[in-house]
Amino acid sequence: MNDAAERKLALSHLWVAFIAFIVACFMGEYQVLERSGLIPALDSPTVYFASVSTHGVLMGFVLTTFFIMGFGYYTATTSLKVPVWNNTLAWSGFWISLLGTVMAAIPLLTGNASVLYTFYLPIQAHVAFYFGATLLIVGSWIWCGIMVVMFKQWKQANPKQPVPLAMFATTANALLWLWTSAGVAVEVLFQAIPLALGWIDTVDAGLARTLFAWTLHPIVYFWLIPAYTAFYVFVPKQAGGFLFSDEAARGAFIVLAVFSLPIGFHHLYMDPEQAKGWKLLHGIGTFVVSIPTLVTGFTVIASLEIAGRLRGGKGLFGWIGSLPWSNSMVLSAILSLLMLILGGFGGIINASYAMNAMIHNTAWVPGHFHLIFAGTTVIMYFAIAYYLWPMLVQKPLFSNSMALIQLWTWFIGMGILTTPWHVLGLLGQPRRISSVVYNTLLTLAWKPYELAMIFGGLILLGSACLFIYNLAKTQLNPAPTEAFTQQIEYAESIHPVKELPEYLNDFKLWNRVIAVLMLISFGVPILQFFFMNTFGSPGWGY
Amino acid sequence: MQIEAIIQKCHDSIGSCVDFIRDFCIQLRSIHLDHLEKKWISIALLVVALLVAIITIDAFFHGVNPPSKVETIDSAKLHLSKEFAESNLGVQLDANGDIVVRMVAGRYSFFPKHIAVPAETKITFRWVSMDVLHGVHIPMTNMSTMIVPGYVAEITTSFPKPGEYPVLCNEYCGLGHNHMWSNISVIAKEDWIASSSIAAAKKESNNE
Ligand code: HEM
Ligand SMILES: [Cu+2]
Ligand SMILES: [Cu+2]
Repeated sequence: MNDAAERKLALSHLWVAFIAFIVACFMGEYQVLERSGLIPALDSPTVYFASVSTHGVLMGFVLTTFFIMGFGYYTATTSLKVPVWNNTLAWSGFWISLLGTVMAAIPLLTGNASVLYTFYLPIQAHVAFYFGATLLIVGSWIWCGIMVVMFKQWKQANPKQPVPLAMFATTANALLWLWTSAGVAVEVLFQAIPLALGWIDTVDAGLARTLFAWTLHPIVYFWLIPAYTAFYVFVPKQAGGFLFSDEAARGAFIVLAVFSLPIGFHHLYMDPEQAKGWKLLHGIGTFVVSIPTLVTGFTVIASLEIAGRLRGGKGLFGWIGSLPWSNSMVLSAILSLLMLILGGFGGIINASYAMNAMIHNTAWVPGHFHLIFAGTTVIMYFAIAYYLWPMLVQKPLFSNSMALIQLWTWFIGMGILTTPWHVLGLLGQPRRISSVVYNTLLTLAWKPYELAMIFGGLILLGSACLFIYNLAKTQLNPAPTEAFTQQIEYAESIHPVKELPEYLNDFKLWNRVIAVLMLISFGVPILQFFFMNTFGSPGWGY
Repeated sequence: MQIEAIIQKCHDSIGSCVDFIRDFCIQLRSIHLDHLEKKWISIALLVVALLVAIITIDAFFHGVNPPSKVETIDSAKLHLSKEFAESNLGVQLDANGDIVVRMVAGRYSFFPKHIAVPAETKITFRWVSMDVLHGVHIPMTNMSTMIVPGYVAEITTSFPKPGEYPVLCNEYCGLGHNHMWSNISVIAKEDWIASSSIAAAKKESNNE
C-alpha cells in the first residue's frame, strides 16, 4: 500500500509533539535550577510561573495530544489497511490544533497566562489563552471523529470480524477523549471565556473545580493508552514471542475507558464544595480502575516470559536475561513497567484519603506524576517513535545504540529527579513554589534534595536532546541505495481470535454504561450548584 | 386496561434485561482466558475489594472522611459577616467548650498570622478565602484542606506533638504564592490549661 499521505500526516503531528517536548524540557531544567536558589540572579517569580505554565501546557496538552493524533492516524491506516478517511479533514484538524497551540503560547510566553496548566478560576489568564486551548481541543475532536468513522466503516466492510486490537485500543481512546474533554470544555466555554470577556461578573469556583475534575482524571488515561497499546500490539512481537491474551487486552481497554471517567473527585478529596459520600463513591472507582493496569502488567510480563523462553531462557528468572535488551521497544517496556510499579505504590497512597492528607499538594504530587507520566508514559512514546520513524521516513534509524543510551539515561535521570521530589513532599514542601522563603528550620532539610533534582534534570535534558538528534538525523540522512522495505508488525496472540462477542468488538454498549455512570457520579454534584445558595467570585489577576 | 398494558410492558422490559444479562454472561464465559490469567484477575479483584472495604469501613465506622462540609459563604463580604469579621478570628471556645479556630486566607498570608493551640486536643478549623483559591497545610500533620472562595472549609483534627509549626499555602494563588505562610504554636496540653487563658492567647495573636 502506498501510504505516503498518511506518513506525512503522522510525521507532521509527531514533530509538533516532540518540538513542544524538547522546548519544555529546557524549561523543566530551568525550573529546578531557579527553585533551588543556587543561582540568585535567576530568581524571578514572574519568569518562573510563566515557565511552569508553559512547561505544563506543552507537556500535558501539546506533546500528548499531537502524539496521540499522529500515532492514531498511522495505527488506523496500517492496522485496518485502508487510507485515512478524509485526508483534508484530518489536515484541518492538525491546523486548528496548531493554531490553538500558537494562540495559547503567545500569552503563556509573555507572562499573560501564568495560571499553570490547571488554570483554576477565579484567577484569570488573557482570553487568547482560553481560545487557544479550545482550538487545540476542537482539532483533537476532529481526530476522534475520524477514528470513529474508520472503525465503523471497517466493521461494515468486515462483518463479524474482530477489529484489529490496535484499532480497537485507538478507538477506545478517541471515545474516552470525547467524554473526558467535555468537562473542561464546559468550564472554558461557560465560565472562563465569558468571565475574561466581561460577559459575566462572577464564576462559582467550586463548580469550576468540579468540571475540571471531570477531565483531570481520565485525561491521564488518554495520555497512557498509547503506551498500553504499544505494550499489547508491539512489545510481544519485538521480544520474539506472542501476545498472551487478545481478549484480556480488549477487556483492559474497555475497563480503562469506562472506569477512568466517573472517578475525578479524588482530585477534590480536600475540597469543601463536594460532600463526603460522593468522594467515597469516586474513591471506590479509583481503586477499581487499577484492575486493568494490574491485568496489563500481568499480560505484558507473561508475553515477555513467553518470548524469553522461546529464545532459550530457562529457570525461574533465566528468561529475563535472554530477552532482547538491545531492542528499543523491549527495553522501554521493561523500564516503563519498573517505573509503573514504583509509581503504583505512590498512587495507592494518593488514593487513600487518610494518607493523602499528609501529601496532598506537596512536592510529592509532581514527583509522583513525573514518574508515571514523564517516566512510564513518555518512555513508551520514545519507543513508538524509534519503531515508527524508519517506516515513516523510509530510512533506517540513525543509531540504535544511541537510542538505548537515551532510554537508559531517561530512566536513571527520572529516578534521580523524582526520588528526592517525593522526599521533599514528605518533608512538607508545597508544590508550585518558585523559591523557598519560609523562615523555619524545616526548610534546611530541603536543600540537598533540591540540588539532587538539578542533577536528575540535567541527565533528562541530555537524554531528551539525544532523542531529538537521533530522529532528526534519521530523517535528514541521505536515502539508502536499496529500497526500504521494513513493514509495521503487529503482535499475534497465542490463540488468535476469529470471533468475538459484540461487546468486545464494539463500544455501543460501553458508551451507554459510561453515560449512566457519569450521570450517577456527576449528576447531583453538578446540579447542586444550581440549587444551593452559592456566591460567585469575581476574576482576579495573579 | 391501561394499567395492565403498563404492567405487561414492564414485564417485557425486565424480561429483555434478564435475557441481555444472561447472554452477556454466556459470552463472558466463552472468551478465552488462560487459567493463570484468571487467577491473577481474581487476585487483583481481591486486593481491590480489600482496599475498597478499608476506605468504606473507615468512612462509615471510624469517621475517616476528608473535609467535606458543603457550606457556602460570600467571600467578597467576609468583613460584614459576623463569623469572619476581623475581631472574631483566631482561637475561641464555643458553647460546648470545644476549640474552634477561624482563619481567613488572602494573598499573601493567613490571618491571624500567629495562633496558639493545645496539643492532643480536638480542634475544629474553619477556613475561608477572601480572594482566590488557596490550599493550607501544616507540614508533618494532616491539617490540610483546599480553601475555595465561596465556601467554608471545615476540618477537625488534633496535633499530637507540641512545637512551632509553619502554616503553608500549597495551591498556586499568584506570583507571591511562595510568600504565603504564617505560624502556629502547638503548646503542651498541661501548659495550655495552666495558662488556660484563651484570651491571653488571643491577645498574643492580635499583637503579631
Ligand atoms: C527535563 C525534565 C523535567 C524537569 C527537570 C521537570 C521539572 C518540572 C518542575 C520543577 C515543575 C514544577 C512543579 C511544581 O512546582 O510543582 C514541573 C511541572 C510540570 N511538569 Fe515537568 N519536568 C521535566 C519533564 C517533564 C515531562 C517529560 C513531563 C510530561 C510529559 C512533565 C510534565 C509536567 C507538568 C504537566 C507540570 C505542571 C505541574 C503543575 O502545574 O503543577 N515534565 N516540571
Ligand atoms: Cu486523577
Ligand atoms: Cu498560594
